[in-house]
Amino acid sequence: MSPTEAPILTAADLAGNGVYGDDPDGHGKFGVFGGRFVPEALIPALDQVAVEYEKAKNDEEFLREFDHLLRTYAGRPTTLTEVPRFAAHAGGARIVLKREDLTHTGAHKINNVLGQALLTRRLGKTRVIAETGAGQHGVATATAAALLGLECVIYMGAVDCERQALNVARMKLLGATVVPVTNGSQTLKDAINEAFRDWVTNVDRTHYLFGTVAGPHPFPEIVRDFARIIGVEARRQMIELTGRLPDAVAAAVGGGSNAIGIFHAFIGDEEVRLHGYEAAGRGLESGEHALTLTAGTIGVLHGSRTYVLQDDEGQTIESHSISAGLDYPGVGPEHAWLKDSGRATYHGVTDDEAMEAFALLARTEGIIPAIESSHALAGALKLGRELGPEATILVNLSGRGDKDMGTAMKYFNL
Amino acid sequence: MTTLQTVFSKARAENRAALVGYLPAGFPTKEGAVAAATAMVEAGCDVIEIGLPYSDPLMDGPTIQDAVHRSLTNGTRIADVMRTVEGVAKSGAATLVMTYWNPIDQYGAGRFARDLANAGGVGTITPDLTPEESGTWLQESKDAGIDTVFLVAPSSTEDRIGKVAKICTGFVYAASLMGVTGARESVGSAAEGLVGRTRRHTSLPVCVGLGVGTGKQAAEVAAYADGVIVGSAFIRRLLDAPDEASGLASVRELAAELAAGVRR
Ligand SMILES: Cc1ncc(COP(=O)(O)O)c(C=O)c1O
Repeated sequence: MSPTEAPILTAADLAGNGVYGDDPDGHGKFGVFGGRFVPEALIPALDQVAVEYEKAKNDEEFLREFDHLLRTYAGRPTTLTEVPRFAAHAGGARIVLKREDLTHTGAHKINNVLGQALLTRRLGKTRVIAETGAGQHGVATATAAALLGLECVIYMGAVDCERQALNVARMKLLGATVVPVTNGSQTLKDAINEAFRDWVTNVDRTHYLFGTVAGPHPFPEIVRDFARIIGVEARRQMIELTGRLPDAVAAAVGGGSNAIGIFHAFIGDEEVRLHGYEAAGRGLESGEHALTLTAGTIGVLHGSRTYVLQDDEGQTIESHSISAGLDYPGVGPEHAWLKDSGRATYHGVTDDEAMEAFALLARTEGIIPAIESSHALAGALKLGRELGPEATILVNLSGRGDKDMGTAMKYFNL
Repeated sequence: MTTLQTVFSKARAENRAALVGYLPAGFPTKEGAVAAATAMVEAGCDVIEIGLPYSDPLMDGPTIQDAVHRSLTNGTRIADVMRTVEGVAKSGAATLVMTYWNPIDQYGAGRFARDLANAGGVGTITPDLTPEESGTWLQESKDAGIDTVFLVAPSSTEDRIGKVAKICTGFVYAASLMGVTGARESVGSAAEGLVGRTRRHTSLPVCVGLGVGTGKQAAEVAAYADGVIVGSAFIRRLLDAPDEASGLASVRELAAELAAGVRR
């Protein structure tokens, strides 16, 4: 079958494989993680989203529309690219990239955004709001809003507005209003606070198009399901390319959407090791990092029980990363659950290691990755050396690096 | 120690609504918060909510965010919150703590409830703790003998109001509008209907908060609610005052205006 004939998405692709008890229970819990810790005022809206999503994911018409957009607008299925010259630096293990950087708008975020934008229409809402760190989720949301004729407001930390200035300009060009958030650390965490404040005020006509697998139920489930296509495709493609499943899957972890997106279809394949890479910033000892799963403790942030960077009294500790998209002191509850169950392992990659992998992929393969994705690339280099030349590693190249040229120019004195 | 029950029976006997004032601990300073709350009580507040400053107050508008940020910058810890409660309770007001859930969770629910009771606190208001997640907290609060107040909102369905009202003791907090904390030109028109809907599920007092800031608004709300809750307007007075003494005078003046309002 040619790719234009076969639907790339089925209800089963969206719904998950049901193995490993990976789906949240009725209260949105993954084990002890997840749930809802939000003002009562938002409960009806969250319930409405959950109910409408349940209907949508079993509705042929919705699936057809989503599939159509993924194919004809986002550019799915995305290809795999094997990168031997890069892999030579990883002890000769085979490294294969899942090219989410080639999607329209340049990152995996578009998958979730298109799904939720269609959901917004079903909810009868005319306005979307979103938080953004790297600006990729904001750009994707502004794009979908333009496509579907929705009003769009994006909250972005003032620090991130500066380091991802190109994306701010893109969002504005797409017709969105970008609100720089000057509270707290002025990064993703504060943008999420501000988006929640907007939502509770304007919930009648507004959908909060949440950008990662964190937040209150049902966001961790919905965002995961809309990102699942990454792993569903990659699993099929890996078998086509190599005749078998990869030994390991590597992905960067900010809130966790690209990682869960590629992990999820492999959760039932127990021989496939799942590795998430968080931002170690200037290193664990420096205290300037975003090692939520590696060094955080269990608490509540942004409506969900999960690992959090916090002090002994539950005050959130500000994170640090050279990459805006990973600069977040929380993480999605399903990752917390995957960590505690031992099914996935999480590690840190420093700013310097990520930037080295960023430059290496550019020079050896002619691909400029997002700095977020470079954390997964750096992880794959380490993993390759560990697993040896027989190993095959699938890496989620979650986005492209155009938005990061300002940071790269400074870092490398270009 | 003055309980919520005493406060509401007294107000009812006087045929008026109770006046509830909010201030975060550690704002404008650790001692300044006790002084300001005491002034509010002296001028007519029946109940004081001491806010536990939290780094990510996603239900609060700019005024409370600003105050909380200053408090955290001052180094306010939970021990300071307990000391503030202790100081304020001496003024004779029923004193509660209003807090997001994570600080209680990290401190330890049992320890928090006991320390609060020992400090003379009578209960908590937990705006982001939903009935589904409240089991532990209800048990620990009951064991420590403190009240548990939760919020209903204009968007709440009958089913949700029922669930929330069932786990409240002391009173039910009705949010007057869909939005974050902060004084408004007018109190939401949804408030009266929400109070009415809530009464169908409980015989507890129902207090209205969010957006109230003047004596006139207090009088409006007092016509249908058992209590009027004011926070941002007090904080605004403290933020705008050139020095501590004039700040105190200003909150005293506002409390008196509001106290007259609930008696109109
Ligand atoms: C390219 C890219 N990768 C990864 C991330 C991190 O987010 P998540 O962990 O949800 O995939 C971002 C976030 O902005 C991103 O833009």
